[in-house]
Amino acid sequence: MELTFAWIAVVLMVITSAGLLFVRDWRWSIILLAAQYLGMFVLTLQHWPIGMASVKVVAGWMSAAILGMTRSGLSSEDSADENVLPRGWLFQLFAAATVVLIVAVVTPGVDTIMADAGFPVTNGGLLLIGMGLLHLGITARIMHVAIGLMTVLSGFEILYSTVEGSVLVAALLAVINLGLALVGAYLLIASTPQETESA
Amino acid sequence: MNAPSLWILLPMAMGIFLLFINNQRILSLLGGSLAVILALIAQFVPIEAALKVASFSLKIDSGLLILGRSLVIPPTEGSLLALIYGAAALWFFGAEAAKTAPRMVPLGFMIIALMVAAIAVQPFLYAALFIEMAILLAIPMLTSIHRPPGRGVVRFLIYQTLAMPFILLAGWLLAGVEASPGDLALTAQSATMLGMGFAFLLAIFPLYSWIPLLIEENSPYIVGFLLWILPTITIIFGAGFLDRYSWLRSSPQLVIALRYLGLLMVVTGGAFAAFQRHLGRIMAYGSIAETGFSLLALSLDLRLGIPILFLLIPARALGLAVWSLSLTIIKANVENMRFGAARGILRALPLAGAGMVVATLSTGAFPLLAGFPSRLALWEGLSGDSISAALWMAVGIVGLLTSAFRSLAVISMADEFTDWTRRESPTQMTMLGLGMVGLFLLGLFPQSVQFLIANLPLMFDHLGR
Repeated sequence: MELTFAWIAVVLMVITSAGLLFVRDWRWSIILLAAQYLGMFVLTLQHWPIGMASVKVVAGWMSAAILGMTRSGLSSEDSADENVLPRGWLFQLFAAATVVLIVAVVTPGVDTIMADAGFPVTNGGLLLIGMGLLHLGITARIMHVAIGLMTVLSGFEILYSTVEGSVLVAALLAVINLGLALVGAYLLIASTPQETESA
Repeated sequence: MNAPSLWILLPMAMGIFLLFINNQRILSLLGGSLAVILALIAQFVPIEAALKVASFSLKIDSGLLILGRSLVIPPTEGSLLALIYGAAALWFFGAEAAKTAPRMVPLGFMIIALMVAAIAVQPFLYAALFIEMAILLAIPMLTSIHRPPGRGVVRFLIYQTLAMPFILLAGWLLAGVEASPGDLALTAQSATMLGMGFAFLLAIFPLYSWIPLLIEENSPYIVGFLLWILPTITIIFGAGFLDRYSWLRSSPQLVIALRYLGLLMVVTGGAFAAFQRHLGRIMAYGSIAETGFSLLALSLDLRLGIPILFLLIPARALGLAVWSLSLTIIKANVENMRFGAARGILRALPLAGAGMVVATLSTGAFPLLAGFPSRLALWEGLSGDSISAALWMAVGIVGLLTSAFRSLAVISMADEFTDWTRRESPTQMTMLGLGMVGLFLLGLFPQSVQFLIANLPLMFDHLGR
């Protein structure tokens, strides 16, 4: 049963991480990010007790909320792009498919290195790392950079939870997630100076 | 009382408190004075030893337990703290002259506290988490809420953040290598992970593209501060890995990798600096070469390399402080820092111009300046191992010296009959004057910092002995 849930979480993360690449409406980005943290919670639960795994999802949702609230207070950025597929979407789709393929191929090897963490856990972690890196490689927009970094860190946290169960590390990683969201929010506000001055 | 509370929690609290003060002078004096006090306590009050003052007995414990893990500052790290907080005082006192105190002092305190925590945390590989938190705090320090962030800031955030996962995973893999040293595949994987982590963190070639961008876009003084504190602590953290893992320490491949990477940094830093036409970018490449010197020191026999590594630290701190303060003053008085705009600026900003040239020369190992003794020792050690490596280091140094002379030529190339004026404020002149005197003193009397750095290798169990 646990394994089934874990694979469902992996499928959810394929959808959310790929969706984050294509979606241009910030509201959908935040929703997908929040759903991604839910998948991360399920995978972390495979190795951590529910109390500690909850820290991940709570910190993740708080981070998504910080980004969402900041973005909602700003006027529409790149409004021409919103609600439509981005330019070069076919290339992005191809790149995302390549990442999924690479992850599927390397999962057994990495799973062996990660002390047999379990295929879904390793697969989910690697998928988020790969998709996050792809995201960082194709965008320069602040919000997407923040989301890309948070995606990479989520993938890493899934993998790291299989080998490290320290409360301090969980707390520090939560702080870093929140810090990343706050930095993203700060840079978002800074990148729209007119709105800041008129507010 | 315990050492982590004194040198980590107190500066952190002080940084938060200082966020509410806006006065440049008060911030600078308060921050600088507190840093001096912390440095003096670190140097003169022994940790884990009872100190009797009249009828009172004072003892600073070395450890503090947090969430099941500990922050430990052993007595052997007292001098390192004195060096860090002493250099921090220098930066904070100079912040008023650079007009950056409101951003620099509060956030600087918090960043230094986190970097000290990175050295103190046990297990030591958790340091990557504290370094990442310091990186996040550096973002509001670098950017203003009223100005769009440049590409350099975004790239800095991405590159430095990507370092943390690599280092944490490498730490876990290294423990596996320790358990089964014969597993070559695991050894290669862990070394690769570790190498990637430090390549991002130390901005090793070709991952240093954010440094020139950052200086172009932001206050050179703030960038200079980050280019001092981040690589310095990261190098010490990296040396901690060498100290902890004997197979890593004795690996000939690691020595070769460190040497080639160090030379690559020195040569590319020097060569790119020589061909730049932007004063800020020259400093960027100078700091890249500085990191290269540190890597080269680690590639030597560690009994020789570790003392040289520590000798590089004060020169780097003072050199970058003078250099970045000079550039900040120049930047405020010219349209941009390109050669065309800065032409003849020496007539209007004599001390800032001189400070910039002297600091560049110091980085380029010009005799009798602060950078000279450490680079000479490094060069001598390197030539003992490999003449070709020493020659390549010379190429980098020639590049740095060329950039210094080109800068001097440009800033002194004023139109005929241009009068000498002085646009620097008294505070700026005082700080620059003191800084340049310091650069000469460190060059003429390198033994003057020996009381600080002589015992620093003792912080390692196996290195430098």
